[in-house]
Amino acid sequence: MPPLTRWYIKSALVYLTAALLLAVILALPINLPLFIRYMNPAYFHLFLVGWVTQMIFGVIYWMFPIITRAQPRGNEQLGWASYALLNVGLLLRAIGEPLVSTRPEAGLGWLLAVSALLQWLAAVLFVVLAWPRVKEKYRGE
Amino acid sequence: MPRLSQWIIRAAFIYLLLGFTFGALLLTHKGMPLHPALWGWLPAHIEFLLMGWIVQLTMGVAFWILPRYWKHPRGTDEIYAQIAFVFLNLGIWLVVAGTTFRAGIWVLLAGRVVEVGAVVFFALHAWKRIVSREGA
Ligand code: HEM
Repeated sequence: MPPLTRWYIKSALVYLTAALLLAVILALPINLPLFIRYMNPAYFHLFLVGWVTQMIFGVIYWMFPIITRAQPRGNEQLGWASYALLNVGLLLRAIGEPLVSTRPEAGLGWLLAVSALLQWLAAVLFVVLAWPRVKEKYRGE
Repeated sequence: MPRLSQWIIRAAFIYLLLGFTFGALLLTHKGMPLHPALWGWLPAHIEFLLMGWIVQLTMGVAFWILPRYWKHPRGTDEIYAQIAFVFLNLGIWLVVAGTTFRAGIWVLLAGRVVEVGAVVFFALHAWKRIVSREGA
């Protein structure tokens, strides 16, 4: 299993744990702070982007047909960039979204724009990386 | 990877890009308002990513990787998987038409029904390929 895949899958498991812990907190029968209550979309996306999508990315990078023996999985740097962008972008959202919702006057809306751009770039880079691997099994040159 | 899987997985990648694009626009809009009509794209965002990306990718990989031969040929019934592929994509766009493009509840309902059809056809195709080590 390549190192990038290990990072993807371990991160995915951490996000799944975090998402479900957040779900527990959101279900507590107490008067939750507004900041926490505004983390409902964060809960969804920690699960769907952090866990599901990241798990898929890790397994695709690992298991899809290789391109050539010399560079089996394409440009690995692209994969690391995508990994970093996705995770920084998602964490920024998890903090930024409730921050912007609780303090709309603070002028922090740009945090969400940055988070959006980072996650979008992560998806574009990943598709660029994985697209050539959607192919027949490698049978030598 | 068989040709049909290649088509299904490429489609899934395109929905990933579409879904992330609308998600990114919505998130940006939440922080720095761009256009009020953007919220109308939320159902498309959800549909593209849950059905177009996650469900579709899973089907593409399953068609590739489930056993085709174990003890005896498992008959891939490719036609069922092809129908599933067409139905899933038709369903996605009907749902988007019925929500984001306000084509009405009957279009939305048709989309949901076609999506169920997609899953039933996919299951029909996959059934015989889901086997134990003993071949049961
Ligand atoms: C596989 C990936 C994704 C899936 C399956 C997904 C799914 C969803 C779902 C189900 C909702 C509705 C949640 C609710 O009703 O509270 C939602 C809302 C939303 N999503 Fe995503 N999403 C994904 C990725 C993204 C990404 C990458 C972004 C941004 C870059 C994004 C931005 C948004 C926004 C802004 C909302 C509205 C939140 C609100 O209600 O204020 N999503 N998404």
